[in-house]
Amino acid sequence: MTAVTDPEAPAIAPKGETLFRRNMRLFASSKLSMFFLAITVGFVIMAIFAPWIAPHDPNAPDLFRRLMPPAWMEGGDWTYPLGCDALGRDILSRIIYGSRVSIFIGAAVILVATTIGVLAGLAAGYLRGWVDVVISRLVDILLGFPYLIFAIALIAMTGPGLQNIILALAYKEWVIPCRVVRGETLATSEIEYVEAARALGAGSRNIMLREILPNILSPVLVVSTVRMAHVIILEASLSFLGLGVQPPTASWGSMVADGRSFMLSEWWLSTFPGIAILLLVLSINVVSQGLRDAFDPRFHD
Amino acid sequence: MSLGKLVERLLQLIPVLLGVSVIVFVMMLFTPGDPVEIMLGDQHVTEELEQAMRRDMGLDLPPHERFFKFLGNALQGDFGLSYYHRQPVADVIASRLPATIELSLAALIFALCVSIPLGVLAAVKKNSILDRIATVTSLFGVSMPGFWFGILLILFFSVTLRWLPVSGNAGFSSEVEPITHLLLVDSLLRGRPDAFWDALRHIILPAITLGLPMASILMRVTRASMLDVLDRDYITFAEAKGLRRTKILVKHALKNALIPTVTVAAIETGSLLGGNMVVETVFGWPGLGRLVVESIFVRNYPLIQAAVLFYAVTYVMLNFAADILYTVLNPRVRL
Repeated sequence: MTAVTDPEAPAIAPKGETLFRRNMRLFASSKLSMFFLAITVGFVIMAIFAPWIAPHDPNAPDLFRRLMPPAWMEGGDWTYPLGCDALGRDILSRIIYGSRVSIFIGAAVILVATTIGVLAGLAAGYLRGWVDVVISRLVDILLGFPYLIFAIALIAMTGPGLQNIILALAYKEWVIPCRVVRGETLATSEIEYVEAARALGAGSRNIMLREILPNILSPVLVVSTVRMAHVIILEASLSFLGLGVQPPTASWGSMVADGRSFMLSEWWLSTFPGIAILLLVLSINVVSQGLRDAFDPRFHD
Repeated sequence: MSLGKLVERLLQLIPVLLGVSVIVFVMMLFTPGDPVEIMLGDQHVTEELEQAMRRDMGLDLPPHERFFKFLGNALQGDFGLSYYHRQPVADVIASRLPATIELSLAALIFALCVSIPLGVLAAVKKNSILDRIATVTSLFGVSMPGFWFGILLILFFSVTLRWLPVSGNAGFSSEVEPITHLLLVDSLLRGRPDAFWDALRHIILPAITLGLPMASILMRVTRASMLDVLDRDYITFAEAKGLRRTKILVKHALKNALIPTVTVAAIETGSLLGGNMVVETVFGWPGLGRLVVESIFVRNYPLIQAAVLFYAVTYVMLNFAADILYTVLNPRVRL
């Protein structure tokens, strides 16, 4: 995944096609990756346009429809294709709305963490000295905490809620892009074009953001996608434990948790939201794998 | 690895562990609510008694003094009182720990037993159907939310087939007098095959649920490193000498290919601890993870903080062990 160490790649990308673009073209040539990218994009569209797509109000209870089975089973009805939950709320609509929580939290955490991680990693890797010592120590310390327990402890203090969950996950998440970027920066800052920029009198900030950053985008993108899949599972786990966004807001993890007590007979309550999590996370993981393969110089011809 | 290097590495742990305790302490400072009030609950006491309790718990001291007191106490295994259990936190944690250790070990064993043979086979028969299946399975393994997978397993094996119990770690009739506090070990030591069988039936599903992501990761690592090793000159040489294929695989290739697997396994054992909260909740496993989750809802902060500190110290130590293990196993790395 270290595109910069590719011996074949020119240190300065030729005009017209940068290394990053060439990598993206390679990625786009994989049918499998594009298929799962389409599913991922489908989920994003579903999240954005949830109010127009969802057939019913996700929070409207109706005790007459309590535990109604999916349409193809006896007692089912195509108006409520995946059946209804214990309060008679439409499961399909709740899954559609639940994608908003998963995708929004996943994207927000990764955005915050990647921004902080990239800046900290660039600073540590390029400026070195005490900046590197301070950042690397902090990274070591935060890496000492298992992820979920750290997030749980923070939420226990701050209380559940959208903003608190994002913060609780981002507090530790930035460490991962930071380590990657630091390593890449250390390797990149020795390459001629960076030295040339330095010789021409470019300032540190300019070198970091204009010369180094564009050349380490590939590994950053790979790490962000694979971590996003991970963060979505973590958010679902928190919701499952009752520490995620609070009811009545639909989230996939809490839907699985709510359906648990009915799983002996009404299996659909937990099964469908679980499939949604699996499908989204799986798609992102395949896309990430495709990106990694495309960016890995060993796979290039 | 020389003793000097080992000591140096051990000393490097000190700033990390100190930093970890500072973070846990800061969490404690910012915890909402007054510990004395939470502890008293609905009981009404005089102002003097409240002040006395506050002094007793060291809450009247300035933050830095409180930190050193907290650190000193923690080093002696004193984490204060659990609000909820009205027992020392350390005792409550100690009583729940064996179940968590047993489950983590079982998950580790499951992950190793599945991932190593599969990874080796996938590498040896690269691009075969088996390789494809293994790759796809491992992709599912890392994408599967543990809580949901656990529920599916219960639904299938416990509810539909009725082969395995739904929750808990032992039936009533299979109580054995503790020696190690690990049920599987104790029941064997006490010569109670019935209790062993019972404990085994209880642990299978949670161990698989907890171990699945780790098995997937280890499978990939084993496959990749086995492919790498099979490409080496000494394997070609061994083949040229006319040695039998299985002998080459086991004696020459596997020994070297397992170095990364063992290292990653040591690191991932830390993640098993982190995943325990979810799996223990799903399976009603009486371990530390479920205790932490329960403690959140009753605002039992001292217990949460002690558990976070405990998890972090264990995690740091496991990573340290993984580092040492890697150095010892891999003579090319001289640190």
